Amino acid sequence: MDLLHAFLTLANFVLVPAIAYGSQLAIGALGVTLIYGILRFSNFAHGDTMAFGTMVVVLVTWWFQSMGIHLGPLPTALLALPVGIAACAALVLVTDRAVYRFYRAQKAKPVILVIVSMGVMFIMNSLVRFIIGPDEQRFADGERFILSARDFKAMTGLDEGLTIKTTQGITVITAVVVVAALFWFLNKTRTGKSMRAYSDNEDLALLSGINPERVVVITWLIVAALATVAGTLYGLDKSFKPFTYFQLLLPIFASAIVGGLGNPLGAIAGGFVIAFSEVTVTYAWKKVLAYLGPEGWSPDGLVQLLSTDYKFAVSFAILLVVLLFKPTGLFKGKSV
Amino acid sequence: MSDTGKKIGLFAIVGGLILLTGVMQSWNSALLILNMGLISAIMALGVNLQWGFAGLFNVGVMGFVALGGLAAVLVSSSPIPEAWSAGGFQIIGALVLGLAVIVAAAVLYKKMPKGIARTLALLALLIVGFVVYRAVFDPAVEAVEAINPAAAGNIGGLGLPVLLAWPVGGLLAAGAAWVIGKTALGLRSDYLAIATLGIAEIIIAVMKNEDWLARGVKNVIGLPRPVPYEVDLQNSASFVERAASLGMDPTTASTLWVKGLYAVLFTVVLLIILWMAQMALHSPWGRMMRAIRDNETAAEAMGKDVTRRHLQIFILGSAVCGIAGAMMTTLDGQLTPGTYNPLRFTFLIWVMVIVGGSGNNLGAVLGGFLIWFLWVQVEPMGLWVMQTITSGMSDGPLKNHLLDSAAHMRLLTMGVVLLAVLRFSPRGLIPEK
Repeated sequence: MDLLHAFLTLANFVLVPAIAYGSQLAIGALGVTLIYGILRFSNFAHGDTMAFGTMVVVLVTWWFQSMGIHLGPLPTALLALPVGIAACAALVLVTDRAVYRFYRAQKAKPVILVIVSMGVMFIMNSLVRFIIGPDEQRFADGERFILSARDFKAMTGLDEGLTIKTTQGITVITAVVVVAALFWFLNKTRTGKSMRAYSDNEDLALLSGINPERVVVITWLIVAALATVAGTLYGLDKSFKPFTYFQLLLPIFASAIVGGLGNPLGAIAGGFVIAFSEVTVTYAWKKVLAYLGPEGWSPDGLVQLLSTDYKFAVSFAILLVVLLFKPTGLFKGKSV
Repeated sequence: MSDTGKKIGLFAIVGGLILLTGVMQSWNSALLILNMGLISAIMALGVNLQWGFAGLFNVGVMGFVALGGLAAVLVSSSPIPEAWSAGGFQIIGALVLGLAVIVAAAVLYKKMPKGIARTLALLALLIVGFVVYRAVFDPAVEAVEAINPAAAGNIGGLGLPVLLAWPVGGLLAAGAAWVIGKTALGLRSDYLAIATLGIAEIIIAVMKNEDWLARGVKNVIGLPRPVPYEVDLQNSASFVERAASLGMDPTTASTLWVKGLYAVLFTVVLLIILWMAQMALHSPWGRMMRAIRDNETAAEAMGKDVTRRHLQIFILGSAVCGIAGAMMTTLDGQLTPGTYNPLRFTFLIWVMVIVGGSGNNLGAVLGGFLIWFLWVQVEPMGLWVMQTITSGMSDGPLKNHLLDSAAHMRLLTMGVVLLAVLRFSPRGLIPEK
């Protein structure tokens, strides 16, 4: 029985990765949930929007690197982030003008907008592949670890190490900053309040003189920023591959729905619920249990509930359970 | 009458495009496009049943297609008796056990009063059930996968004729659709979309990872065929003679003959399903479906059981996709779970239905052929365009990049076609009446 070592192992392999992944999902889900709340449809192109923003960040990072611009211990991608956000914002605003606005004017049914977003998904997907290609790209640089296993062991004299990658630290800090800024914006500023009013009751908002097109433009700007940040953090932590970003659609939607579509607070909670369940269910618990059990004992198998390839199954199962028992999500979402 | 003229004209254009491929490129590629076009048309009919008739938003087509492919392996590949004696039956037993646990949990949930006691009992049942299930399942799987892992390592098939796999594929997909429909059909349209998207991913994940079932990513190759092999034809004196009398060399003649036979088989299936779908559309049942689609509340007020009808048509449409999936795996002669991609097997089918005309069976068939033709031919066309653009450029990374990027032309085309149709002709090329 060795609680300290058991906890360290757990923290190293489950808690730290899950917190980082959860933050990435939460920021992604915030984008989905905002579009759902304001524009009232599920945006299937969100994964590819993330991919586009991240791609610009990757390209600018490479350009900075070639010019010798570095951020010291921090990844250069952080410097490139504003450019990525600007490019992504331009893309989604053009898309909105060229595609979505037509259907908004027609008051098309949400499901038609979902199909339209499928078309946008195809185009954005091909755009990313045209420019950067379908292959995996790595663009993280700077210091790799905030705390490496070896340093931790030397520092504490314990047998188990604790690793915190720089990207994980940056992810969590950025997530906190982004979420705080978003909530301050939504709750304290006039524009943010008008967005919430529009989301709650469109007709009443129109009556009180809120300009819907302005609300839509601001929503897209925020969504572009969120998507680029989420994509860049994910790419720094793992790697950038267009198809992986397309596949992220599923856990992101699961997070948004589990939390309650249209509810920003729910999106964050949902992101962490999904991330923690994915990581815990697919983690091999052998080492932790060996520390928890009596001295010298260790479980026979890996004690892995499901193999890692089933992580989609986990997010999906949670999604289904929540929908069956609480159809509007953990936090009360909208149901249009 | 002009309506019929338009339909004939559109089909003639698509037929002409395929013929043009035969003349300009080769008859071999024309027949390839035709065969996959036939299969795509059947998939589009399945999606059209769900979306066009009933307004169900299913983006899990890929899962049902893959299940059809799985059926082809399970029915037609040769049996492996050693695997069954080693642990095949134990695997089946474990799966039945798992199912029993889930059923018991459902019964428990219904029977016990709400409260802490129920939650605890449910949790205990599920945890104990899962542990017992894994204890039975894992050793059996290990035993089966240990048998000749280089060539088999799975439970094999039944060794039955592969044509039988087509209806079985439909049944398998229908079974899965029943389970999914029971849980997910009560959800709102966007939730149903995400749910089906997730289920399709899970089906693919299972097929990739459960090596005992169909070898996972190690793929099953060399499935038996319903048509003769080219080599046998080339060795048959009478066939060579007939080919020579037509002025063809035996190799080309044999490949064309085999593909032609497939085309005949697929056409028969397509015509049967199309006829059934047309009859359904014009029957009182079809009118009821459309009434439910257009106004659920009103249909319910008329005493129609909306949930049951939705479940019914969800199963039917998925079964059609399963049949098409089994046919596709038969045509390929192999099952490669790694190649199933939602863009190709779910969203592309959706483009077919929307472009062809949702709610109209002929439209779905037309969309199947047309979009498949574009999907295949856009890549060479894109390459040609890129070569023309870059012909004046000096060799360098930019030129190479542009030439490489021609491969991504198809996705762009599909997106543009879908958006253009939705904008300028939202009811498709052959609209619903």
